Amino acid sequence: MSAIKTHELGKRYQLGLYKRGYGTLRESLAEVIRRKGPDESDYDGPDYLWALKDLSVTIEPGEVVGLIGHNGAGKSTLLKLLSRITEPTAGYADVTGRVGSLLEVGTGFHPELTGRENIYLNGSILGMRKAEIRARFDEIVEFAEIERFLETPVKRYSSGMSVRLAFAVAAHLEPEILLVDEVLAVGDAAFQRKSLGKMTEVASQGRTVIFVSHNLAIIQALCERGVLMERGEAVADGPVKATIDQYLGSLERSASEDLLDRTDRDRRGYYDTQIKRVEVRGRGDGPPDVIVAGEPGTIGVELTEMLPTMECRITIVDGLGQPVTTFDSEISASSDVRDPELGARIECEVEAFPLMPGRYRIDILLKAKRQIQDGLQAAGFFEVQPGVVHGRPTPATGSDGDVVFPHLWRLPP
Amino acid sequence: MLEGMETLAPDQVNEGRPPGSAAPETIRLQPTKGFSRVLAPHELWRYRDLAGQIALRDITVRYRQTLLGGAWAVLQPIGFMVVFSLFFGNLAGVASNGLPYPLFSLAALVPWTFFANALLLGSDSLVANSALVSKIYFPRIFMPAGILVAGFVDLAISLVILIVIVLIWGLTPSLAILSLPLLIAIAAAAALGTSTFLSAVNVRFRDVRYIVPFAIQLWLFASPVVYPSSLLDEPWRTISAINPMVGAVEGFRWATLGQGDAPWDLIGISAVSAVVLLFAGLAYFDRVERRFADYV
Repeated sequence: MSAIKTHELGKRYQLGLYKRGYGTLRESLAEVIRRKGPDESDYDGPDYLWALKDLSVTIEPGEVVGLIGHNGAGKSTLLKLLSRITEPTAGYADVTGRVGSLLEVGTGFHPELTGRENIYLNGSILGMRKAEIRARFDEIVEFAEIERFLETPVKRYSSGMSVRLAFAVAAHLEPEILLVDEVLAVGDAAFQRKSLGKMTEVASQGRTVIFVSHNLAIIQALCERGVLMERGEAVADGPVKATIDQYLGSLERSASEDLLDRTDRDRRGYYDTQIKRVEVRGRGDGPPDVIVAGEPGTIGVELTEMLPTMECRITIVDGLGQPVTTFDSEISASSDVRDPELGARIECEVEAFPLMPGRYRIDILLKAKRQIQDGLQAAGFFEVQPGVVHGRPTPATGSDGDVVFPHLWRLPP
Repeated sequence: MLEGMETLAPDQVNEGRPPGSAAPETIRLQPTKGFSRVLAPHELWRYRDLAGQIALRDITVRYRQTLLGGAWAVLQPIGFMVVFSLFFGNLAGVASNGLPYPLFSLAALVPWTFFANALLLGSDSLVANSALVSKIYFPRIFMPAGILVAGFVDLAISLVILIVIVLIWGLTPSLAILSLPLLIAIAAAAALGTSTFLSAVNVRFRDVRYIVPFAIQLWLFASPVVYPSSLLDEPWRTISAINPMVGAVEGFRWATLGQGDAPWDLIGISAVSAVVLLFAGLAYFDRVERRFADYV
């Protein structure tokens, strides 16, 4: 018996409503009067979005599967369907065993209730029986490190404490099938390591785990199998390393196509202006998107339109999806320049790229008028070639880490 | 390597399974039509612990960080009683079937407050818990139902106070008091039917938020809370019992004050109407429940 078997599973959203969130009664009535309702053929039209389409996958008990893909590729929709939060529009999924989800830890917390009360509430929201929670209560409290605050309302907890408690409850759920969506991005480093350990433990206990994360390193470490999703469909399914490589390849291809054609933009965006092109220029007339380690360069972001009070955040991400560093114009320095002659373009001059040779990705988030305007992951790529950082050649490729610090040694002769 | 790894021995892994689920069952998730969830007792039974926890949460949270706590359950109807007695009893001289007006109105305000609060809080319950609804699966009916259950605690407190006041006033409730469970059931069914319907509509159309407080005011005056239903001529008096709160309120008066004839005609009609309302509300809720997470 498979743990999960989906057959031509699909989920369709109506775009207008999906974006607006909710309509008023009057709008809806007006719609009813205007037209009788969509025909079957309309469902493939521009008003509808198939967040998931014709997905047929089989996952055996004990498999640990990573879902990989752009924003909006359908990963989260699949988890929502499997955890029964929402219903499919087409096809079906057979799920064998209890499903636990770590979609967003702590959503079941009530701020007025104490830690103890919330453990019971959240546990049963996640599908635990009361007896189970009682049996694991001490373990949960110990894992969360909140012994002293058990009788304190959760609203008085620090954010770190509530995240720890939430994760602790969820991690002790012990379902046959566990769905995990980006939860390890919470808490401090020590707790993240502990959580990761818990996940490894869960995975090694023969339970079925489906894992979604932008951090490809974590996916690669935890999963044997990877499923690559694109526009609601599974485009690759196989050993996790091969799937990740294929994903990285597709990221590069999408960065080289016209960025305005991309549909995986940040959903929070207002899109008054959009990211058109991203380019990294090294010193002199070298080819674009190639940087020599240790040398300066400029990251240029071309936009469809320039708005006043524009801010830009550029994140450099390594080949495994680990962010290396972030440049954020909102944190200003006196040397920043506001140049009216610049046109619809933002530039970030970088004094030196002390990076290990390799390929790096650029994620961009644009803000203006206090709103997020546009965001694009993998908006550009650049290659760092071996060079000299502070008088010393960069280490050979394959060494650990992404960053080369300027340094000097003191050694015995 | 990490502390978390030693917490469980491998043979303990499945210890936490619910009893009777040694062979995990397969659930088919597919587009559904018709009545599949609310009216599927099996599904509700599987989540019974959660139902209890949600009700417990609603009870615990209701008066936390309030100075007067559970006293609010009593102050609300008592406050209305004072105001109504002043304006309708004293100034306007509304008839009260020969009963002292304060008692006359309080006996009606106890079930009415229960109904109105369940309706007000229940119809907003799904939207107020939207974080939960959009992140986790559980039978959504637990949200309005939890509010109703929490309301029973308030009702019990205010009912005790009502009986005490009746006794202090020198009246003795008759055996009619045994009909209270039925009358409470009528009010509860009417509240649940209406609040499930409104909470479901609220998910799509936030207009409900503005309609409900207003509608409750109107409903108050459409029910014999400040006036006796005998003020209406037949057949209107009997017809008015289609409003389930007519039977509940008049019945409550008769049952707790021990005066007058049993209004069984009103109670009977209201009971039927409450059951119809309950099933209509649940049926609508059931039809749209599957799409809540997409809209909320």
